Amino acid sequence: MLIALWWPLAAIAAGHGYPLQDAGTDVSNLASLQRGARNFVNYCLGCHSARYMRYSQVAEDLALTENELRDNLMFTGTRIYDPMLSSMPAEQARGWFGNAPPDLSLIVRSRSADYVYTYLKSFYDDPSRPTGANNAVLPQTAMPDVLAGLQGRQKPRYESKPDAEGKLVQHLIALEPVAPGEMTAADFDGFVRDTVTFLEYVSEPAKSQRRSLGVWVILYLLMFTAFTYFLKKEYWKDVKA
Amino acid sequence: MSSERPDAAAGGRFESLGAWIDERFPVSALWKEHMSEYYAPKNFNIWYYFGSIALVVLALQIVTGIFLTMSYKPSDTEAFGSVEYIMRDVEWGWLIRYLHSTGASAFFIVVYLHMFRALLYGSHRKPRELLWIFGMLIYLALMAEAFMGYLLPWGNMSYWGAQVIVSLFGSFPWIGDALVEWIRGDYFISDITLNRFFALHVVAVPLVLIFLVVAHILALHEVGSNNPDGIEIKKNKGSDGRPLDGIAMHPYYTVKDIYGLAVFFVLFAAVVFFAPEMGGLFLEAANFEPANPLLTPEHIAPVWYFTPYYAMLRAVPAFAGTQVWGVLVMFAAILLLFFVPWLDRAPVKSIRYRGPIYKVALMLFAATFIMLGYCGMRPPEQPFKAMSVIGTAYYFLFFLLMPWYSRIDSHKPEPSRVTM
Repeated sequence: MLIALWWPLAAIAAGHGYPLQDAGTDVSNLASLQRGARNFVNYCLGCHSARYMRYSQVAEDLALTENELRDNLMFTGTRIYDPMLSSMPAEQARGWFGNAPPDLSLIVRSRSADYVYTYLKSFYDDPSRPTGANNAVLPQTAMPDVLAGLQGRQKPRYESKPDAEGKLVQHLIALEPVAPGEMTAADFDGFVRDTVTFLEYVSEPAKSQRRSLGVWVILYLLMFTAFTYFLKKEYWKDVKA
Repeated sequence: MSSERPDAAAGGRFESLGAWIDERFPVSALWKEHMSEYYAPKNFNIWYYFGSIALVVLALQIVTGIFLTMSYKPSDTEAFGSVEYIMRDVEWGWLIRYLHSTGASAFFIVVYLHMFRALLYGSHRKPRELLWIFGMLIYLALMAEAFMGYLLPWGNMSYWGAQVIVSLFGSFPWIGDALVEWIRGDYFISDITLNRFFALHVVAVPLVLIFLVVAHILALHEVGSNNPDGIEIKKNKGSDGRPLDGIAMHPYYTVKDIYGLAVFFVLFAAVVFFAPEMGGLFLEAANFEPANPLLTPEHIAPVWYFTPYYAMLRAVPAFAGTQVWGVLVMFAAILLLFFVPWLDRAPVKSIRYRGPIYKVALMLFAATFIMLGYCGMRPPEQPFKAMSVIGTAYYFLFFLLMPWYSRIDSHKPEPSRVTM
């Protein structure tokens, strides 16, 4: 019953219009998490904070030594127990982009891994926007296409469909490459997947631990259930008789 | 130390400690009255687990709640961050928080099943009317507790959910605006609202809940438990004064309830460890963004356990220039439940001996309640609007026509002794 109630909600969460792609993330994949952490620091942290995430926690969960942490993930002047804060002042960011870049601590929980994955892959050229780029998942996004150098540039393809009143409306149905980037399409998908895997971890650092511990808890409870079942049976012998 | 019979001396000392306490506090008498010599019918089935499960869930909510308050900060600037602090920096904080958030939903699932059991076997009928009323008061207190608790994480759905529900009170003529201001303590949902909801959630309502649960159990043990046959086991007593079909609560039902609890905890742990958000039903995606008075979530819906009533609220159109009718219908739907013991006029209690009308009516009622809950989660569009109207109508007809159809229904004779 709960599952029957579940799927329409998932469909609502998926939003309207542009279809989301499966992010294929796995937060128990350490290598993917480590690559994602590096991507996050290099490409996201300049503008976006993850203010509920501490560097020290990242090092511990991603099996990094303090030196690896300092050399690869931390800017000078930050301490290991500091939260991952962007150095961009929110007030100035608002002036530059019209919107302060949102904190990404919980972005995967408030949107979904598939949403962030598809969003990062769905920028396209749009000269009418101040940044020169628009996004198929989040139209009118204030974020510039910072990954264009890696992905290459894309253009939209539209299809005209009648709406409820019979008027023809343009729907963005696909994005097509117009200029190649440094990465192949498959490499870029991997790059985004790693980044989203890290963001999924950041949204809930305990997620892997929760799942692996859960298996043992449930095994224990099943044994306990069997024990209580036989205990009950033993006591109830004289009632049934 | 004496060398002879140290064991007996120790045992004697222990017994005398028991006697010492009993002379000052009736611990043995209480144990006998409520456990070892409380006789419950021996034919309880699966529906009879949910009372003890509800009691354990209440305890779980209180204990996890105490630990949460140790790190939670009830202020509009700190609340959201303090929940994330619990999720990340507090040792096992994530587990405590998920136990509490899942516990809230589990409480309602268990209580709804417990209430349905009463409708199945007539557990609210004479002489258990007060027992039912205490239960209904518990249900009311639980709704207040859950509603105020939901504001505390100070997510965007917390904020807007509270905004929508509190503003319902504004639809009352004349006093509406003042009433809403009085509830919020401010002109909008603010830090002041958050603080008072925190006080009510962690102190006031739990106290009321505990008091009501004690009253519920005392009332139960005064009249004795009903059973799936709906007959009174006290009518058949042996020469020792014990009901022939009764067995002692302890050890028989303590071991049985522990088994039921174990099964419950397997399911509960599956949610806590593998699906704490339950696909957005237990923890909503929009609540992982901090409260933002300037940004309304795309679709505001209360948590699943309120949605049947939310569907009723939306099913009633505004007329005579006010929305108050929907609010009144919603409150009436809950108030009506208090009167079920007197609305039901059947000569037998249990569904086993009742006729086809009640059987069909009750199954339809359960289906309708679930359907209303589903409609309440969906945006107000067709076909859910039409389904909500039909569901609301049926909900009221089920209760209001009960005095009539429960009497004309055919009934089978009750057995004189319980059947296993």
